[in-house]
Amino acid sequence: MLVGSASLPAMAVLSLLLAVAGAQAQGPVTRAEPEPPANVESIQIGLSTDRISITSDFSGADLTIFGALDNADPLINRQGRYDVIVVLEGPARPVMVRRKQRILGVWMNTQSEIFVNVPVSYSVATTRVPQDITDPINYRQLALGADNIYIEPLDKDVDTATVKEFEAALRQLKKTTGLYSERIGGVQFLTQSLFRATLTLAPNVPVGTHKARAFLFRNGIFIKENSAQLVIVKAGFEQSVFRLAHEYSLFYGIFAAVLAVFTGWLGRIVFRRD
Amino acid sequence: MGIYLPIAEMSVNIFVLLTMGAAVGFLSGLFGVGGGFLITPLLIFYNIPPAIAVATGANQVVASSFSGALAHFKRGTLDMKLGTVLLAGGIVGSTLGIYVFSLLRQMGQLDLLVSLLYVVLLGTVGGMMFVESVNAIRNARRGVNPNLKRPGQHNWIHRLPLKMRFRASKLFVSIIPVLVLGAAIGFLASIMGVGGGFIMVPAMIYLLKVPTNVVIGTSLFQIVVVSAYTTIVHATTNQTVDIILAMALMVGGVAGAQYGAKAGQKLRGEQLRALLASLVLAVALRLAYDLFVRPPNLYSLSALGAL
Repeated sequence: MLVGSASLPAMAVLSLLLAVAGAQAQGPVTRAEPEPPANVESIQIGLSTDRISITSDFSGADLTIFGALDNADPLINRQGRYDVIVVLEGPARPVMVRRKQRILGVWMNTQSEIFVNVPVSYSVATTRVPQDITDPINYRQLALGADNIYIEPLDKDVDTATVKEFEAALRQLKKTTGLYSERIGGVQFLTQSLFRATLTLAPNVPVGTHKARAFLFRNGIFIKENSAQLVIVKAGFEQSVFRLAHEYSLFYGIFAAVLAVFTGWLGRIVFRRD
Repeated sequence: MGIYLPIAEMSVNIFVLLTMGAAVGFLSGLFGVGGGFLITPLLIFYNIPPAIAVATGANQVVASSFSGALAHFKRGTLDMKLGTVLLAGGIVGSTLGIYVFSLLRQMGQLDLLVSLLYVVLLGTVGGMMFVESVNAIRNARRGVNPNLKRPGQHNWIHRLPLKMRFRASKLFVSIIPVLVLGAAIGFLASIMGVGGGFIMVPAMIYLLKVPTNVVIGTSLFQIVVVSAYTTIVHATTNQTVDIILAMALMVGGVAGAQYGAKAGQKLRGEQLRALLASLVLAVALRLAYDLFVRPPNLYSLSALGAL
């Protein structure tokens, strides 16, 4: 069974384009694939839409993803030994990390390090404190969590200590700006098999294709993973301005200058003193 | 109320921007300056990325200088010929400035240079103006007649070749210093997002000996065109002009300028200059503080385009 829905409560800042939802969100759908053998659990997540458009006044929101466990063992379930981690990973982009140093009393950027494929955003929701779910080794193997996602330096000849230092700074900065976030208890079981994950979308959430992934653990052992895609786009007037500025930059520049001249002229007419 | 800046890609408070524009507009009306040198640092203090603050500052300068230039044009206190020569230099300087701007931005040193230039220029101009105006106030208190020292009629600048006659300014001067001055202002306009009136006006009076009545109009004319050019080139090469931000500042600025000009008529010249000097020095000190004090975070991130 697959139940899919993405809801964005409260603020009307997110307008959901429901048109794309299609058959998936029409309610419970019977799976076409054959029934897996007993006691092999699997996890499903679904989004009611694969496209979210954020408008100009977007100031962050909660994204709710529903999901379900298949073939859950009722006994383990009752003991609360199933754990789910849901991740929303933003598009990957190259990033340059710079470090300031004091030169002649002035703080200036001196050293820098480029990392390729850094997810712009990364929000996590878990059922419990991460260290209670499984061992750090498993997190590292799965590259799961803001501290474990694999970040690759462009220049591989730099000594590891330097790379480590810049990498740590990168993760720290991402966390402070709210782009990398973690919600302990963000995943809640509604019934024995149905769960709801609440993730944080930062106000500066990047546009592009985001990947929602759900990880299922039983007694600290990783069982299964499932993923879905979500495209975040900017909509409205501001997006048109942004596109214009990048695609027709000459026209945009001339328009900005003419607008300024016009404002200056208008100001003179309105507040005429001579 | 929040407003989203599409180019800066951040949400800011519209009332803060309008107030900022109105306050700077008021001051620019009060002191007869363009206000670019206040807008750009204020935007930087408000966490707008310096690259966007500079380019948008240039855009805002167009609006604030245009109404002034128009007034001078109608009154005939504008030397078109001198303005055009200044302009020719200005375009070259601005183009060079934008090139340097892009280069520094890639190197990650743009913010540093913008701050350094502001500290040095505002510190120097503000300091000189402060000393001069305080002396003038003291002399006025003592009842000493201000010594209207007429600066020497000719200096080394007037011995340079390639002379040209500027009728409206009653001037016969080499075009080399005019072009160089125009280029220097154009360079600053593109790197600092200023009109450059605070350097241009004294330079025209003391170096070129342009008569005071045409100085302001001519410099405003040059500033309007060079800033408009700078805006267009910034928009095409760096995509850093935020039209929404500029608009909010312009609306506040145009309104504020009118009240500033009225208030300016009630204050005395030297008091006005002392006030402006204190303001300029305060902005310079604030920027210097950020340069010399250990930043809370030594690391910074910048997104790169496709590698």
